[in-house]
Amino acid sequence: MITLNVNGKDHSLDVSEDTPVLWAIRDVIGFTGTKFGCGMALCGACTIHLDGAPTRSCVTPVSAVVGKKITTIEAISESEAGKKIQQAWLSLEVVQCGYCQSGQIMSATALLASNPKPTDADIDAAMSGNICRCGTYPRIKAAIKEAAAA
Amino acid sequence: MSIEQTNLTPKVVDDSSTKGLTAKGNARRNFIIAGAAVGGGLLISFAMPKFLNNGGSEVAKTKAEEVTADNVFIPNAFIKIGRDGKVTLVMHKVEMGQGTYTSIPMLVAEELEVDLSQVTLEAAPANDKLYADPLLGSQVTGGSTSIRGAWKPLREAGATARVLLIAAAAKQWNVDATTCHAEQGYVVNTEGKKIGYGELADAAATMPVPTQVTLKDPKDFKLIGTPAKRLDTPDKVNGKAQYGIDVRLPEMKIATVAACPVLGGKLASVDDSKALAVKGVHQVVKLENAVAVIADHMWAAKQGLAALVIQWDNGPNEKISTADMVANLKNASENKDNKSQVVVARKDGDFHKAFKASASQHESTYQVPFLSQAALEPMNCTVHVRKDGCDIWVGTQVPTVAQAGAMAITKLPAEKVVVHNYQIGGGFGRRLDADFIRQAVEIGMQVDTPVKVIWTREEDMQHGVYRPYYYDHLAAALDKDGNITAWNHRVTGSSVLARWAPAFFTNGLDGDSVEGAKEPLYVAPNMLVEYVRQEQPGLVTGWWRGVGPTHNTFMVETFIDELAEKVGKDPLAYRLSLLGHSPRAKAALTLAADKAGWGTPLPKGHGRGLSVQFAFGSYIAAVAELEIVDEEVKVKRVVAAVDCGMTVNPDTVVAQIQGGIIFGISGALFGEITTKDGRVEQSNFHNYRVVRMNEAPQIDVHLIASTEAPGGIGEPGTAVIAPALNNAVFAITGKRLRSLPIAPHLVKA
Ligand code: FES
Ligand code: FES
Repeated sequence: MITLNVNGKDHSLDVSEDTPVLWAIRDVIGFTGTKFGCGMALCGACTIHLDGAPTRSCVTPVSAVVGKKITTIEAISESEAGKKIQQAWLSLEVVQCGYCQSGQIMSATALLASNPKPTDADIDAAMSGNICRCGTYPRIKAAIKEAAAA
Repeated sequence: MSIEQTNLTPKVVDDSSTKGLTAKGNARRNFIIAGAAVGGGLLISFAMPKFLNNGGSEVAKTKAEEVTADNVFIPNAFIKIGRDGKVTLVMHKVEMGQGTYTSIPMLVAEELEVDLSQVTLEAAPANDKLYADPLLGSQVTGGSTSIRGAWKPLREAGATARVLLIAAAAKQWNVDATTCHAEQGYVVNTEGKKIGYGELADAAATMPVPTQVTLKDPKDFKLIGTPAKRLDTPDKVNGKAQYGIDVRLPEMKIATVAACPVLGGKLASVDDSKALAVKGVHQVVKLENAVAVIADHMWAAKQGLAALVIQWDNGPNEKISTADMVANLKNASENKDNKSQVVVARKDGDFHKAFKASASQHESTYQVPFLSQAALEPMNCTVHVRKDGCDIWVGTQVPTVAQAGAMAITKLPAEKVVVHNYQIGGGFGRRLDADFIRQAVEIGMQVDTPVKVIWTREEDMQHGVYRPYYYDHLAAALDKDGNITAWNHRVTGSSVLARWAPAFFTNGLDGDSVEGAKEPLYVAPNMLVEYVRQEQPGLVTGWWRGVGPTHNTFMVETFIDELAEKVGKDPLAYRLSLLGHSPRAKAALTLAADKAGWGTPLPKGHGRGLSVQFAFGSYIAAVAELEIVDEEVKVKRVVAAVDCGMTVNPDTVVAQIQGGIIFGISGALFGEITTKDGRVEQSNFHNYRVVRMNEAPQIDVHLIASTEAPGGIGEPGTAVIAPALNNAVFAITGKRLRSLPIAPHLVKA
């Protein structure tokens, strides 16, 4: 049994130690907001926060997160930065198909929490690991700036 | 407004009362009938016309001819107004990120005079007869048709309901209907009387349906043309939105699958002893060409799959590579041995005679590669196959095709096969095919519980349906002023249509493959447009955002740039000189060029390229500004001018054009699926590169106000951008590229 703390609650799971956090969260615990896109840390769809740091859950084994706090998209509105990011996303109509957006919002929230006034270059650096096939990048950039100004 | 997000299980509002009425009977000119809804209230049933004359594809035209004789009225859309005043619209579209869930109800709400928030949506069930798409003729979301097909009938249905409600109120008050009008879900009259739609709904159902309704004057629109907030967004920023991959059912298992890595190969044998020993693995399922591992969760399934010892029967394609395929195409296009079937798509005058007689000729050959859609949500499908029924939970653009596939496998009748359609994490044409759904049903046949089959990214990329490789030849003759006197475009490629909708592949002509080639913006007295079909061994080709025009616009707009160069004219001035007959194209081009500062100086290493297109019923022009640094292209800025007729939700239009352009940039700069030894070489986003945040340019979209019927917006941006980029590369390097993708050309050997 391995214990994961997800969104403030402990969950005991009977999975092997090498199981990626992504599948533990989605398939075993049942939070489906965190998405699968590549499985190789290439797309960012699976981004969670590990003690506040953006982390690709598809390549992070459960053994590496024991004792740490996992935050997923389902609880991101509880943080000040997360709430601002979500609001900016809605006000600028960022979303298209939406599949990448959990990951985008997790990355953007982590950026804003650590850097309240990010420049374009900061945004590029923090967000380039998150692919959006629908091409919402211009609006993501604008929304991060709007959230920073809020 | 609320959307059934978690469960799009459809309900037919009123099936029994509406089947098989003839066009005479109760129905009126516009095929709208009104009656009492089951459970009370007013039900408007109406039929979408099968064809709208605003730039529809060849497919639509063929279909239109076929259905004109159809005099049986079968409603395929419904508006219900309940006793509680709630308006329910039964929708026939699936949300793919294009905002149709918001735009389509706007049309109804506008005419019905209700707030958007009063309209609830229900998804239409997989039933072709009742919910056929007006342009494509079967229940399909694709080809930028959603708003084009829905425009008029939805407004007419909404207006009809409004007229009936007003009539009911007038009768109740014993006043003339002309003293009453509708606003915000109420009928009010000149004396200040006011009554809600809910209270009127039953009475309205008994009023005679008007033979003709007056639609609102566009200047009175309150919703159409305003940037309404999309209704599906809130749940997409908090993790609540449910895509097919998020389905969870009691007892459900998770499966992942490996198909024979060699295209067209089969499974010979498999040793599953080690796989079955993996913790969490329950079962290994063998299919004709694949193996699936059924487990408690995806990780166990993946571990199980890795532990299998598989023997494949590689079949006939194990030596085939992209080079062989290109050689086949070249051979077919050149037709030196006279073995190709060259089908004439268009013939005006005598191209060969005019070309030979001309003193100024130009010819070029262009190639565009196979491409993967690489939607971010990998292919997945959940099924529960039982003796007495089959349920399918999936995000698909073709629910009826999915249902038919499952019926063929399970031998169950239609009413026992239920497709629960979910939101799609990107379609881009890939989810117009149901191969992965059929595969899931085949797996489900051997599994006792519900099972969710998830393809890894690698499986998704290597067993896709790919945009065809096209090998096109263009030739033109010019007079002394640079006018085109003769034009020939020979398109060579595999036919998606022949596989996907064989009924529309007529006389050897693939109407999609020549869309944008047959009726280019440029006209010449002597035009010859030809099509040569050349299939590829093992590789299945399918739809890709932008379809036919994605390659034809690239070919035509690169070729026009070459002609401008040949006659020594500026690419903008040359195009404008040829577009006298198309004011809308000219206006778009002029606006894009103005806003982009065409002709103004740029720093060294920068360049601009442009492109203009008419496709999907919309005009679009784009100017791309590029910089080349260290053998890499940086797209600095894109300016697009769009005339897509009347816009329902302009913010959605802008978003779609921006997104379409970025999708097109990924394809034009990096996109390429290649094969070696019968295997697709690309596997994930490290070797199938797509545009990321740091590579996404500023994109300015300018909408041209128009009262024309709405055109499509999902695909034009993707199709128009490749030649603009390529022409900008020429402006910088002086070297003309005639094949995509661009990036590998810039790396010096
Ligand atoms: S799924 Fe983890 S980065 Fe793509
Ligand atoms: S919104 Fe569709 S992938 Fe980003």
